[in-house]
Formats: sequence, C-alpha cells, structure tokens
Amino acid sequence: MAYYISNIARSKGDPKVLHAGPSSLGAADRMAKALGWFSIGLGIAELVAAERITRALGMEGKEALVRAYGVRELGHGIVSLSPDKHLGLWSRVAGDGLDIATLMTAMRHDNPKRDNVGIALAAVLGVTLLDIIGAQGVTARHSRPRGRPRSYRDRTGFPQGVQAARGAARDFQVPPDMRAAPTLAAVSDRAPQERARPH
Amino acid sequence: MRALVWHGKEDIRCDTVTDPEIEQPRDAIVKVTSCAICGSDLHLFHNFIPAMLPGDVMGHEMMGEVVEVGPEARGKLKKGDRVVVPFTIICGECDQCKRGNFSVCQTTNRKKYLADKVFGHATAGLFGYTHLTGGYPGGQAEYLRVPFADATHIKVPDGIPDEKVLFLGDIFPTGWQAAVQCDIQPTDTVAIWGCGPVGQMAIRSAVLLGAKQVIAIDHLPERLEMAEAGGAITINFDEESVVERLNELTGGEGPEKCIDAVGMEAHVSPSMPDTVYDRAKQMLGAESDRPHILREMIYVCRPAGVISIPGVYGGLVDKIPMGQVMNKGLTIRTGQTHVNRWTDDLLRRIEEGQIDPSFVITHTVSLDEGPEMYKVFRDKQDSCIKVVLKP
Repeated sequence: MAYYISNIARSKGDPKVLHAGPSSLGAADRMAKALGWFSIGLGIAELVAAERITRALGMEGKEALVRAYGVRELGHGIVSLSPDKHLGLWSRVAGDGLDIATLMTAMRHDNPKRDNVGIALAAVLGVTLLDIIGAQGVTARHSRPRGRPRSYRDRTGFPQGVQAARGAARDFQVPPDMRAAPTLAAVSDRAPQERARPH
Repeated sequence: MRALVWHGKEDIRCDTVTDPEIEQPRDAIVKVTSCAICGSDLHLFHNFIPAMLPGDVMGHEMMGEVVEVGPEARGKLKKGDRVVVPFTIICGECDQCKRGNFSVCQTTNRKKYLADKVFGHATAGLFGYTHLTGGYPGGQAEYLRVPFADATHIKVPDGIPDEKVLFLGDIFPTGWQAAVQCDIQPTDTVAIWGCGPVGQMAIRSAVLLGAKQVIAIDHLPERLEMAEAGGAITINFDEESVVERLNELTGGEGPEKCIDAVGMEAHVSPSMPDTVYDRAKQMLGAESDRPHILREMIYVCRPAGVISIPGVYGGLVDKIPMGQVMNKGLTIRTGQTHVNRWTDDLLRRIEEGQIDPSFVITHTVSLDEGPEMYKVFRDKQDSCIKVVLKP
C-alpha cells in the first residue's frame, strides 16, 4: 500500500497502481524476511535488556554473553534480509545450536528459574525448525540446478561468421573525445627511432 | 494497462496501473511490442541504487509503435511509426546533447534538484531508473509515455524483427560505446570482465572493431560458451587466476584495454577475500558497491592502457588503488551510454548483416511472467542470459 503515498512523487500522466499482482517474492523469501526481522528484534532485545533476560533464566553474570549474542542476532538479521538470505538463515540455524547449548548449561537442578529455561529451550527449538525449513526453502528456490547448462555454442551473433566479423567495423571513426592516450594510439604505431626523437 | 512494478527489495509485481497520458507537447505514447530485463534492473531489484519508490514502473529497454503524439513532436513522429526507445531521455538541444553527450542531457531530468544534490550536477532523465534520474515510469508495460519524444526515439524500418533491433535501446550501444571508448587498435588485447548481455555485446563490438584478441572473463559455463562463440578467448575465474592467465596471453604485458561489464555487484567468493569484505560492508551500508573488477582491471592493465566502465556503479566504493592508476598512467572512461550517438551506425550494421544482436536472447515470455523471470535471471537459473518480455 506504500505506493499510494509514493504517488505524491509522480506526475499527473504517470501510471499509478490500481491493482497489485503476484509478487516475485516466494513463500520462502517471505519467511526469510520475517525471520530476518525477528532476528533484528531479538538482537535489539538482547542488547538493551540483557539483565532482564539473564535474571529470568537464572543466568546472572552472563549479561556480556547475552549482549554478544544480540550482536550476532543483528548480523543474522542483516544477512537474512539481504539477497544472500540463504546464508543468513543457515547462520541462524548455527546460532540456534549455540543458543540451545547455552540454555542447556542453565538447566541445572539448582537453578530456581529452570522452568523458564525449559520454556526458552522449547521456543528456540521451534524457531530452529522454522529456520531449517526457511533455509532449505530459499536454498532450493534460488540455487542453480545441477546438470549441464544449455549449449550456446552456435550463438555467434555474426550472420556471416566470426572470421568475416573480425575488423568488419574498422571503417568506424572513433570520435576525437574517445581517442585513447597517444602513448598507445599513435606513438606505438611509429618506428622506434621516431619515438626516441626529441620534439 | 499491465506493467511490472517495483514494490520493494526483490519484490516486482505485474500490476494493473493507469494508462500513461500525454503531459507535455513533446511527449508521445508508445504501445510496447517488446521490452527486456536488463542486468542493471537487478541493482534496482536488490535496492542497491537509492531513490526507488514503491509503485515505480520498471524497464528501460523497449520498443513499439507510436499511438499518440504531442503537438510539438508531430514533425518528427507520427502514429504508426515503429520506434526503439533509448533508455536515456534527451532534448537534443542543450549544450551536452549538441556535443553528443546525450546521457548527461541538461534538460530532461525532471528531478534535477535531487540529482544536483547527489551527483553535484544532474544527468539525463532515464526510463524506469530511480527518482535520481527523473523518476520516469519504465517500459516493462503495455504503454509508455516518451517525454521529449521528438528527440528520444530511434526509428526502425518495418520488416526487421523486434528481436534484432530491440537492443539498440541499451545493451548494444552500451557494449559498443565500451569498446569505442577503448580506441581499439589492431595490436590491442581487449579483456572484458562479465559475460552477461552487455559483456556479450562488448565482445562482439571489440571483434568488429578489429582487436587482435578479445578475452572474456566469467565463471558461468553457458555465458563463457556464448562468449567463445562470439570470437573470445575465455577465462573461468573459478578455475584459473585471471591475472596470471591475462599476463600469459599478453606475453606478460597485460591487456591494453580492459572493460568492466559487471559493475557494482561483483561475484562474491571466499577465494577472492576482497569480495567478502565488500559484501559485508555493503550489507552494513558502509559501501554501496563491490568494486572487485575495478581493482583487478587496474592491477592487470598494461601501463598507459584504458579502463572502460559500462558496468553500473551506484555510489561509494572502497579500496580503489589510485596509486596504481596514477603511476601506470591509466585512462578511465565511463558513463551511461550516449545511445543516440551510435544508433544510426549500429542500425546500418544490423541491416547489412554484420551483426545480429538477437543471439543473446535466451528467454521470451509474457509480461505476466516478468516477476518470476527477474528471479530466474538474477539466480542465473535455466541458463538465463537475456529475457525479452512481450506485453
């Protein structure tokens, strides 16, 4: 719907959208976009609310680690929102593994917030599943299929053949403003003794 | 009408939109018969070039039939004329147009205030290429309003299929200008990075202009095969060192002329650590472009050689070795293409059978399939090199 606002920048006779058609973004691309923004949101939360997070999980003293994970999440998000989204999503999967490993260290019996850790672990496992589905989806959608590419061996572009084409446009006069420096265009054509002669 | 519309990053849709209308006396309306997805459309698809807005119609490579003409364009155009529309909108009257520098026309960018701030001075208006170049709706649509239509057109005769002349609007003159501004000599080796559509046209142009040898660099087998078919020696950068191989092919001297037909989105690979660095910076918004090709060209180019850059760059690049450029005395030539400067000559060459640009087309689909084809083209799936859309 943003195009309604941007119509301000158009003139009277410019075409304006009446009805939007299907997008070049596939379902996997949209999922990557959603997960990318989720990463950025989570990253910001980990950066600004590290104390709250560690307190809720009984992991006091690990604030620096949570902030570092926040920076990592921002990285995942930026890459997931870029054209290299498959890298972003696979990096999220790796990050999920790190999150799970970190949360497992907090699943101690003496942790009074063990239940919260369990909920967090379940959430991360769920997101991991989405990340794997998303990463597989965008990889499949945007990969070049294996196998032999089409052959363009006969696509010369020269109806009379390549040999006939070589130098066929030597009649063309290069305009003066596009002449190369005389070191190549003129001097190199002259005889060595002429080149050496002082001007 | 239907049109391919930008809704956001990687989000192109085939929408129903209002028909374009004549706004100015020099305007014309063209019924689009063929249009193409250009490699530089992918920079917009990825939102790497700023100032796209949701609702912008894509496309800057198109042709069709004139169906309506504004009063001041009537001397040059009439209903029924068959035209290719160049991607640069030109007035034909300003100082730059008179010099043939059409891509920096001083008149046609209707958002000059914006471009002046970003570029220092505004350049020409472009179709379907951000609000920095005027925010003009593009031609991946059933109809297109052509501003300054009396100058902004290339008339093409009936009887030649669309596919042979469509690319006069962009990639053919772009590849041609890339080669021309190298001032190719019969003793020259021309190295071309990127075997996408512009790279393929640059290869053919360098061959036609008589280079001693043309070397094409890429890593996709189908693109390398097409380059080889056009007369190039190929280097697969996944399999061999580009610098070593180029030096080997030039007796250790390096190529005299280097063409960057890749631009701001160089391939990223851990085997080329600077590309990983660029990608990371690009993601963080600390660099807009990935200039690996520029670095490699500057390094390998023969001293006093020419670096020609038709590939699109969007903004800021990092770690460009200006010391090498300065000490080697390299000439750097770049710019959007001055399309109309070359098209009369190129149309003649097509008509005479010197070249048939349709060789590059690998996919022809309806406009409705356009959004999916953006993905296929970007991901290099199905051996896709060039997509033509039929509205």
